[in-house]
Amino acid sequence: MAGVVGLQGYRERHFRTVEVDEQILYVRAPSVMMRLALSFKDVFADLYWIRAIQHYGTTRLSSSQDKHYELLYPLLDLATSLDPRFSIAYRFGALFLSEGAPGGANRPDQAVALLQKAMAANPERWEYPYDIGFVYYRNREYSKAAEWFRKAANVPGGPSWLSPLIAVTMTQGGDLRTSRFLWQNLLSSEERWVRTAAERRLTQLDAIEQIQQLQFLTSQYQRRYGNPPPTWDAMIKAGLLRDLPKDPTGVEYVLGQGSGTVTIDGASSLAPLPTEGAP
Amino acid sequence: MRSILHVATHVFRDSVRDKVLYSIVAFAVILMVSSFLIGQLTAGQDVKIIKDLGLAAMSLFGLFIAIFIGVGLVSREIERRSIYAVLAKPVRRHEFVIGKYLGLVGTLLANLAVMAVAYYGVLEYMRFVMPPGQFKVTSPVVDPKLLIGIGMIAAELALVTAVALFWSTFSSSAMLSAALTAAMWVAGQFGTDLRNFDQVVKSPVAAGIGRALYYLLPNFAAFDVKSQVVHGVPVAGGYIAVTLLYGAAYAAMLLTASVFIFSRRDFK
Repeated sequence: MAGVVGLQGYRERHFRTVEVDEQILYVRAPSVMMRLALSFKDVFADLYWIRAIQHYGTTRLSSSQDKHYELLYPLLDLATSLDPRFSIAYRFGALFLSEGAPGGANRPDQAVALLQKAMAANPERWEYPYDIGFVYYRNREYSKAAEWFRKAANVPGGPSWLSPLIAVTMTQGGDLRTSRFLWQNLLSSEERWVRTAAERRLTQLDAIEQIQQLQFLTSQYQRRYGNPPPTWDAMIKAGLLRDLPKDPTGVEYVLGQGSGTVTIDGASSLAPLPTEGAP
Repeated sequence: MRSILHVATHVFRDSVRDKVLYSIVAFAVILMVSSFLIGQLTAGQDVKIIKDLGLAAMSLFGLFIAIFIGVGLVSREIERRSIYAVLAKPVRRHEFVIGKYLGLVGTLLANLAVMAVAYYGVLEYMRFVMPPGQFKVTSPVVDPKLLIGIGMIAAELALVTAVALFWSTFSSSAMLSAALTAAMWVAGQFGTDLRNFDQVVKSPVAAGIGRALYYLLPNFAAFDVKSQVVHGVPVAGGYIAVTLLYGAAYAAMLLTASVFIFSRRDFK
């Protein structure tokens, strides 16, 4: 055994293998995979789900500027065909297929297709029409969003807060408070991943609100001194701030030199901030 | 009846010595180790995946045991010529075949029972280490309804054993018997496709053959309720009863055929 381990280590050190970066999906047709999986469909669904997470995580964390999530939808489609009750796979799809680049695939059409498949397989679940409404909301299609929230409200057992949400979406679509309300509802989701995503997004919305407040203060500075603040220290000296402004993760906000615009630091785990709900 | 029990006990003891226990231990270890590794990979779906993996492993390990031990039940006795010694004793041929069958089914049940204990042990551990309120699921982590899935796996394996024994009674090649049993199990997973064959072919004859095969081949897919029990979806009591009855009837038919063939075999 020691010899085998030694040889393995020697090979590792002296002969570097070429790593293939390309991701391949050999079987794309769910109907074929369903037959190949025989009576082990759920295990194959789990494997495709794990691959979907790996694909999403690896792509999102890659240093590449041009991120592609081409395999995300086929992998989720396979996972949900093999296990039509795989709730997290549908809801994960809704969140990350519809998320704008670079944090997501920027494919709300695929997100809606996946959720409509979820509805067909699980018509008793109000969460899926709600999620479709959510996708449209994020895509700033407020009348469509309200229409899907109405469909969710019509599913027996749907929560009572869905009805007022329809009116709010129609009248205040794009409003930060509405956005916060939608994400807060996802905090009670069954799926931990959805809850984690909702917690992160709510923290991002906190950051957006803080940036709005800071932006207001920089405009006050400009009105008072005729030019935008050069540094945060100048704002503190002017009495507009007490301390250096930091985002909810503790990373300092960035003040644009000469422009006075406030942005989140690229090094913050909250970057990039979403555009939804922003005025 | 006593002779059947004697043969069954002998098969059970022989099978347990035949490394079956090793597979159980391997299964339990793999399941427990995977529960820690998988938790790191699956974004909160660790319990679902452990449930899926556990049931699939029980089914797969059981299938291997049913096929590879099942096909050797009779043919190995013939090959080793120990059949002469057995038949010289006051054991009638039908008692020998039924005893062999019950012995292997008993082994499979014991095997499944140990695997189920390990399975529930891992789930209990998952429930213990899970932070309170961290995980919401549609079904409990340690769900007694999973026993329905395990019970259906047991019924399916009992039928697979009957198929393996059937081929074993008239084929002298264990490999051929194993291949035929495995092929029947695979074909039995395509029940829906065979029934709906008329939707993909134009020929009414081909469609008729497909439909006939649907009724003639053992429908193993009917025993698969793993997905329902993992998701906490109720499985109708009537469905379980009819499927178990179907399995028992099919196994009885195969055993009768096996006894008939074995009784007419000439071992001279």
